[in-house]
Amino acid sequence: MAKRKTSGRRHPLASAALLILGLVVVGGIYTAVDQAADAQSPSHSEAALTAADGEALYMANCATCHGVDAVGTEYGPTLVGVGPASVNFQVMTGRMPMAFQGPQADQREVMFTQEQSDAIGEYLQTFGPGPERPDQEWLDTSATGVDVANGAELFRINCAMCHNVAGSGGALTEGKFAPNLHNIDADHIYEAMLTGPQNMPVFNDNNISPEEKRDVIAYLHYLDENPSAGGFSLGSLGPVSEGLFVWIFGLGSIVALTVWLTSRPN
Amino acid sequence: MTAQHDADATPQEHAVETVDRGSAVTQSDSFSDPGLPPHKPRQTDIHPAKEKRAERQVFLWFLLSMAGSVFAIFAYFAFPITEEDFGSVRINNLLLGLGLSLGLLGIGFGAVHWARQLMSDVEISEDRHPTHGSEQTRARAVEIFKLGDEESGFTRRSLIRNSLIGALALFPLPAVFMFRDLAPKQDAVEAISQTPWETGTRLAIDPTGTPIKASDVTIGSAFHVIPETLDSHAHDFLDQKALSVVLLVRMPEEQLHETEERKGWSYNGIVAYSKICTHVGCPVALYEQHTHHLLCPCHQSTFDVSDGAKVVFGPAARPLPQLPIAVDDEGYLVAQRDFTEPIGPSFWERLDHIDDEHPESSARTEDRA
Amino acid sequence: MTTTRAARKTSFTSKASNYLDERTSISGAVSFLGRKIFPDHWSFMLGEVALYSFIAILISGVFLTFFFDPSMTHVTYEGSYVPLKGIGMSVAYHTALDISFEIRGGLLMRQVHHWAALLFVASIGLHMLRVFFTGAFRKPREINWVIGFLLFVLAMAEGFTGYSLPDDVLSGNGLAIINGMVKGIPIVGTWISYFLFGGLFPGTEIIPRLYSLHIMLLPAILIVVLGIHLVLIVVNKHTQFAGPGKTNKNVVGSPIMPTFAAKAGGFFFLVFGTIMLIASIFTINPIWNYGPYDPSPVSAGTQPDWYIGFADGALRLVPPGWETEWFGLTFTWAIIIPIIVMVGFLMLVAFYPFIEQWITGDKREHHLSDRPRNNPTRTAIGAAGVVFYAVMWAAASSDLMATHFHVNVFHVIYVLQAALIFGPIITYFITKRVALALQKKDREIVLHGYESGRIVRRPGGEYIEVHEPLDEYERYRLVTFETYEPTKERPNAQGRISAGVKIRGALSRWFFEDRITPVTQSELEASKHDH
Repeated sequence: MAKRKTSGRRHPLASAALLILGLVVVGGIYTAVDQAADAQSPSHSEAALTAADGEALYMANCATCHGVDAVGTEYGPTLVGVGPASVNFQVMTGRMPMAFQGPQADQREVMFTQEQSDAIGEYLQTFGPGPERPDQEWLDTSATGVDVANGAELFRINCAMCHNVAGSGGALTEGKFAPNLHNIDADHIYEAMLTGPQNMPVFNDNNISPEEKRDVIAYLHYLDENPSAGGFSLGSLGPVSEGLFVWIFGLGSIVALTVWLTSRPN
Repeated sequence: MTAQHDADATPQEHAVETVDRGSAVTQSDSFSDPGLPPHKPRQTDIHPAKEKRAERQVFLWFLLSMAGSVFAIFAYFAFPITEEDFGSVRINNLLLGLGLSLGLLGIGFGAVHWARQLMSDVEISEDRHPTHGSEQTRARAVEIFKLGDEESGFTRRSLIRNSLIGALALFPLPAVFMFRDLAPKQDAVEAISQTPWETGTRLAIDPTGTPIKASDVTIGSAFHVIPETLDSHAHDFLDQKALSVVLLVRMPEEQLHETEERKGWSYNGIVAYSKICTHVGCPVALYEQHTHHLLCPCHQSTFDVSDGAKVVFGPAARPLPQLPIAVDDEGYLVAQRDFTEPIGPSFWERLDHIDDEHPESSARTEDRA
Repeated sequence: MTTTRAARKTSFTSKASNYLDERTSISGAVSFLGRKIFPDHWSFMLGEVALYSFIAILISGVFLTFFFDPSMTHVTYEGSYVPLKGIGMSVAYHTALDISFEIRGGLLMRQVHHWAALLFVASIGLHMLRVFFTGAFRKPREINWVIGFLLFVLAMAEGFTGYSLPDDVLSGNGLAIINGMVKGIPIVGTWISYFLFGGLFPGTEIIPRLYSLHIMLLPAILIVVLGIHLVLIVVNKHTQFAGPGKTNKNVVGSPIMPTFAAKAGGFFFLVFGTIMLIASIFTINPIWNYGPYDPSPVSAGTQPDWYIGFADGALRLVPPGWETEWFGLTFTWAIIIPIIVMVGFLMLVAFYPFIEQWITGDKREHHLSDRPRNNPTRTAIGAAGVVFYAVMWAAASSDLMATHFHVNVFHVIYVLQAALIFGPIITYFITKRVALALQKKDREIVLHGYESGRIVRRPGGEYIEVHEPLDEYERYRLVTFETYEPTKERPNAQGRISAGVKIRGALSRWFFEDRITPVTQSELEASKHDH
């Protein structure tokens, strides 16, 4: 047939498909190499450090933005009275030191060991005391009296508007965002509530008590441990991902079926 | 249509072609229709072996379908839901669903495969006729209506005809009135213009109802607040909660910009605003402690809590209503009074319910208008 | 042995048929419908997708009604989902959770119901686009287009009422938004909201009321309207694409009995099976995450289902401050204007067939589907409409775009506001040019043949690519289409040109000024002589 011959040459989309394939391959190799490089970075453990070590670390890594006496500069807020809880959260989740100035500190590779972070926290207490890191008691979600349902309700009222009911995160104003809360360590969840990092409000112990904070952690960990009953969760983003899915994959596969159904076999 | 159609059209069809063709172009020397291309037989038409194979494939699909349906019943019993086991729900959903899917898809693929490969694929042509009825039926229809009119006197007896039309027009009206009781007798505007906040009502934490001391509210805090008395509304708890939810935040006093009229409405940098968006009524609760912006997750209206909750972005038109607060003898935060304006989305009669003693908010909106 | 069995079997079927016909005269229906012809093209199956997903919705919906109780009475949860144990909620939400967690296959049926609903409206949308872009709405099918449009609106209404039933935080906030929108309607808004909710929002009436609409009133209307839609398809017969042997006066394809029946029947199982497969593998609307409705909480990413997205997006695109207070009354333009824009857009869609017919003045029946390129202005209008809708739709997910592409959500809105106005205009011009270019290409192919890819060297040293002529069937496919010319504005009996005629003339010029006519025989002859 004439028609077949006219399109006998390479399909116009072929080059586009090839280009995409190339990009995917290059990207994949880059990621693999990048991860391999990361794996080689040394993770040496050190003996207990003192506030003096903390001072040295502070001066070397933090003072540029937060000032030598921790009162802050135009590049970073004051750290007087923030406390070890805040330092541990910011440093041990990889938010500090900040990669670059932006609307909000992005998470990246953790730069310090736990001991180094604790030393900085201890050093900062000398400028003005702030909240200490939580007791292990408040992080143990298997303790008796932990109420997942209470945690879920508190989460919906205090957290879900920014972080989404399933902890999938959400947008804030002017490029800021509430991060997703999947697979976060109990102490980091606790410290975030206690200290209000970045633009997150503070939830002190009078607002959400330590027991209640433990319930919230228990609920978040329940979500991590129990994948959605209905199958793949499509990112738990709500109706938008469901709508996209039904248009692209649902209707897409059905249109493919109609093409097969109405085609003439050889 | 085109020339060749006119050429081989019968006289009857010519009558159809006289319908107004509007601005369609008539082409004199367009191509003539070569007719349907010759039919090409399929592989299954030519080779009996391929036909046999296709038959086996169809059989296999139907067999798979049977297996799927049987498996669904098996899965129903073999993978029950066990109490408090989230995973068992997932397994039940997955396996039962896969069985049913196979049962359905097997029939579908089998039937379509059968039709494509084994049933005749010779294209058949069927004539179309104009959609309207034939001249005879049309004439008969007109005649029937005429007869009906004559025999009933529908046109002649205009009095009874018109009274019938009147009766038919009136009879559905009672039904419209019967919908009156969809809502209670209380005035709608009154009902949505008052909230449970009264002078001296303590601010309490949502959902526990624990009253809040001013000293509990540290800088940077955000409290989700209900009136302490909310529990007394047993029968309309959610309705009253929808009117009265408040967000309480504290910021450094020097960052709080207050108008003269509202100087006394905050306490040590603690301010309370209605949580119900003035756009269409979602709870606005995404508070950023450093920018003091309050964002609505539904339509991205953004309010500046440090500046009277005025709108800085989004479709909302008015600031959030502020709840005037004070501290009682025991140090608990209390409301000075109810909101001075209706909370939530705008409505037609809204201005009737703005407190005249506190015209600040309406003055603000009038400035803008 | 086998022959007797066959004989007995035949005689049983014939006896049964005879029995039935003597009581129902069904042979008349069989002989009328049995060998009716249905043309084969993949895009003609899209309406069937809608029909079959609707059947899947009905089947799964009936299952759900046996277990769902729409009451808003307050109870304490005692089911097996741990993070809600002991929490107060409505009976509606409790039973929706029980369907998910206590009843085997209950969650599956819920997911089938919801996925099928999304697919239902999506396939109606795609079906409407097919009908629009191929001009299959022209006489005698204008009424069926309007009926189909009605089905689209009913499907959205069914979807929204269903979305609201679980009484969780997501659906409750959806109702809060509806409440806010209704209140913004001038004069009657406050009272409509009051009657709808039976008092204050949320009240205790709305879920049972929506349930009555969702399972009784709306499906009843939908089924009746759907029946009319299908009857009219039989009466009008299906359109077909022009081609050799396929004219305005016939319909070419396979007969209902057996080929089309097998394909369409099999396709029902394929559609239902696909929905079932999706429902068994992918979660939809995990209501247990959202918790019972409470006016205080809200979730980031609060969106309606996709088909209401355009309305949500239209609300999001309004700039701040659209409200005026005149004579002590509040005019909420931030709500009124989006409603007017959306209703206006939908009305244009509903009445487009009449507008186009008025412009062309063509009163003939059209049974041949246009290729979209052969009516460039209509195709461009359709593409502009699609972009207009898509921008509103995209706006409903502005927050998710911001988080996923790491951009400022305010900027997303600004860009979409600009796109809402300029997007359709740019799309219109691009689409029209592309359609005209494709028509030119078709002319080229008819006149000069297709490029064979074979390069030969001429005796003079010149290289040329050999063009092969088309066969008559392929050529006929490319030259059979209708063209129109702009109407002339003729004065009436009084010698005046009325405003209506002027408008029509202007619209006609807009539609048909740029046009490419099909190749005629003499043109082809002339081009042959050139070589």
